[in-house]
Amino acid sequence: MNAVEVRGLRKSYGDFEAVRGIDFELPAGEVFGLLGPNGAGKTTTVEILVGYRRRDAGEVRVLGADPEHADRTWRGRIGIVPQSGELFPTLTVLETLELFAGYYDNPRPPAEVLAHVGLEEKARAKTRTLSGGQQRRLDLGVALVGDPELLFLDEPTTGFDPSARRAAWETIRSLRSLGKTILLTTHYIEEAHQLADRVAVLTRGQIVASGTPAELIGQAPSTVIRYRRNGELVVLETEDPVRVLHELTEEALRDGTDLRDLEVHRPTLEEVYLSLTEERAE
Amino acid sequence: MRLFVHQLRAEQKLFWRSRELAFFTFLLPILFFLLLGSAYGDEEINGVSGYQYLLAGMIGYGAASTTFAGLALLLVIRREAGVLKRLRATPLPPSTYIAAVLGSIIFIFLVEAAILIAIGRFGYDVPMPDSFASLILVILLGAASFAALGVGLTALIKSAEGSSAVVNALYLPLSFISGAFFAADTFPEVLQKLALLLPLSHLIRLTRDVMVYDDGIWDHLGDAAVVAVWGVIGLIGAVRGFRWEPRER
Repeated sequence: MNAVEVRGLRKSYGDFEAVRGIDFELPAGEVFGLLGPNGAGKTTTVEILVGYRRRDAGEVRVLGADPEHADRTWRGRIGIVPQSGELFPTLTVLETLELFAGYYDNPRPPAEVLAHVGLEEKARAKTRTLSGGQQRRLDLGVALVGDPELLFLDEPTTGFDPSARRAAWETIRSLRSLGKTILLTTHYIEEAHQLADRVAVLTRGQIVASGTPAELIGQAPSTVIRYRRNGELVVLETEDPVRVLHELTEEALRDGTDLRDLEVHRPTLEEVYLSLTEERAE
Repeated sequence: MRLFVHQLRAEQKLFWRSRELAFFTFLLPILFFLLLGSAYGDEEINGVSGYQYLLAGMIGYGAASTTFAGLALLLVIRREAGVLKRLRATPLPPSTYIAAVLGSIIFIFLVEAAILIAIGRFGYDVPMPDSFASLILVILLGAASFAALGVGLTALIKSAEGSSAVVNALYLPLSFISGAFFAADTFPEVLQKLALLLPLSHLIRLTRDVMVYDDGIWDHLGDAAVVAVWGVIGLIGAVRGFRWEPRER
């Protein structure tokens, strides 16, 4: 069963084509990462999937329904952490969660959600007094309080420091183990690698690669060999690492030089991502 | 219904906690009544006491400031903050939300009108109207009409920063030329003519006729019709121009 199915999705704003025919599916219970640089069309895609925007073309199914014609029950089954947006500045954290809990037929207890996102100590604080990271956690709490099956997290950790990001990743992993289906957008490769079962790389409105993080790395044809010769960094990409290494070491032995800082590795997801997004940009 | 009550309670909490909004849209008409009453309440205007005359003006001004200006500001600020957009993603039906916001602001205006009338009655010995039913009808008509105009106005405001400037530039001069603060018959003729095209002068006259001259609302259907037509204009603007998403960005 797929929680999300997208076929040939397109969306333009005036002359600008934000999304140019993308396809993907998200099986229930998985975490899917939509990875791409700013302006790639990630937020537009999410906003179409949650019913904020109308698409120009293509087919979209979210929990079996077309988001453009979804009803109240459907809205009760999804949760959204938007990329930006405030809450009510004069309500306390707990009051905010209680307000949103009241919109759902079977909400989670607000106090439990408070603990889940790590804001117990801020329960009585007005939301306007929260730090950026705390507000983001409250955003997640608001998305969770309806106990949704499917969560959309639009750049959930942008602007976090590394330790806050790791804490947020732990929270997102805990959601996965609760059986939630998650669609996550991010421009951090590491985040997609850490959290997503499958990743699609979106650049300029098109998916240029997709698969598990391991598959994406596997799609890259080469092994990377780096070393220094006369102080200068040499990077070789090859399909035949055994032969290349043999030739390199033989040459080094014959000349009596060394291969300083020699490294042989599979390309990292970051290298794959950069090569994919750079090709597109050219 | 449960959702409506849930949201209505939240709206009441939100209104009274946002001090600026509560002060400018709720308290200011009451303060003006006390202030202007002390200035010329004892004088006689058009054959009736200044307090009597002023009370009707302040109820009209209250409708403009609470249900028109206050509502427009509240909705624009929430729209631009992304709150309306987020609410739309929840199972709360949009119609229930709008009904709760309108219900809340109209309730606040009714409280305000009741306080104004109580101050007039017990503070300044303003006699009460023969037909309380007519007075309540007039107040509800004014509240509904100005609330519709308030929602319609949000379509014309592009940003949260500019919202209070736009709203104040509209409802303060409107209140002034409509005779909310002073009798308008000494104003230049062009202003008086302009005021006659706008709803507030008719609402104030209707309130005055009902409160001071003991008429019924049905004796002045023309005034009531002008207020209602403006309400319909507001409603059309609201239906066509209301947006859930921020306009900026």
